[in-house]
Amino acid sequence: MLQIADKKFSSRLLLGTGKYVSFETQKQAVAVSEADILTFAVQRMNIFEASQPNFLEQLDLDRYTLLPNTAGASTAEEAVHIAKLAKASGLCDMVKVEIIGCSRSLLPDPVETLRASEMLLEEGFIVLPYTSDDVVLARKLCNLGVHAIMPGAAPIGSGHGILNPLNLSLIIEQSNVPVIVDAGIGSPKDAAYAMELGADGVLLNTAVSEAADPVKMALAMKLAIEAGHLGYRAGRMPVRDYGVASSPMEGLVPN
Amino acid sequence: MDKTIDLNGKSYSVVPEVETVQQLLEHLKLSDRILIVEKNKEILQKDHYGAPIMDRDQIEIIHFVGGG
Repeated sequence: MLQIADKKFSSRLLLGTGKYVSFETQKQAVAVSEADILTFAVQRMNIFEASQPNFLEQLDLDRYTLLPNTAGASTAEEAVHIAKLAKASGLCDMVKVEIIGCSRSLLPDPVETLRASEMLLEEGFIVLPYTSDDVVLARKLCNLGVHAIMPGAAPIGSGHGILNPLNLSLIIEQSNVPVIVDAGIGSPKDAAYAMELGADGVLLNTAVSEAADPVKMALAMKLAIEAGHLGYRAGRMPVRDYGVASSPMEGLVPN
Repeated sequence: MDKTIDLNGKSYSVVPEVETVQQLLEHLKLSDRILIVEKNKEILQKDHYGAPIMDRDQIEIIHFVGGG
């Protein structure tokens, strides 16, 4: 059970809703992922063109928790504005703080993310900042009272997987709120690895939407996250530099 | 008097029978959509959609799209 603020979720996979080839594929991918939390972006409606189908409007909103992001913001003030717009929908009170500080790498702006998180907490939001994997920044965000911390594994949409497992481990070790590895996940092994490091959840989008078969990949990610989490709880064996026989050495059959 | 507003960044002539935000949404066939309205840079809560549309108002209609 993943708990964020007072909300409980049975799935530890948080799924993004961008960049799917078709609505039908997306619907199936979301269904098999069994994700409870879906992220969305907040944008100006294109009202001057023929009405486009909208994924969110086809969702069973009683089934899913919406996690709007503040994509498009480059300052704390812009992020707060987007968060307030999302909240005015009456559909959500959580927000993923996403403030990009570098247009090429899409890495988050740590200073603005910290500022925005503080402002949003004062406004009463449930705040989930997407951050770089900086240990000190993560601690400062936790000290502010954010409700979860979401360090990136690698740049958004890069599929590199976990570039700095040590930093992630340190963030997980010190955190008093859920740690959700967000961005940069490429394949199921990355998701499983994040969970084996002790993460509480994984947020991913492109790894599923850009897979050759997104529905199959959604299922693979669900299973990887479950396996990684179970493995973490089971406690892995120590790593040794030399071999240790698995079969008894006594009573060997004579040559 | 004809009203011209700034609607999602474009100049838009409002027909005379549209007097409120709610009527504008109905006129645009958007009243059953999931959306958020901003009027003159102020977020409009749903119970304030009776707010009048005035000449040169700036209206933004925002919604949720796919994103990560």
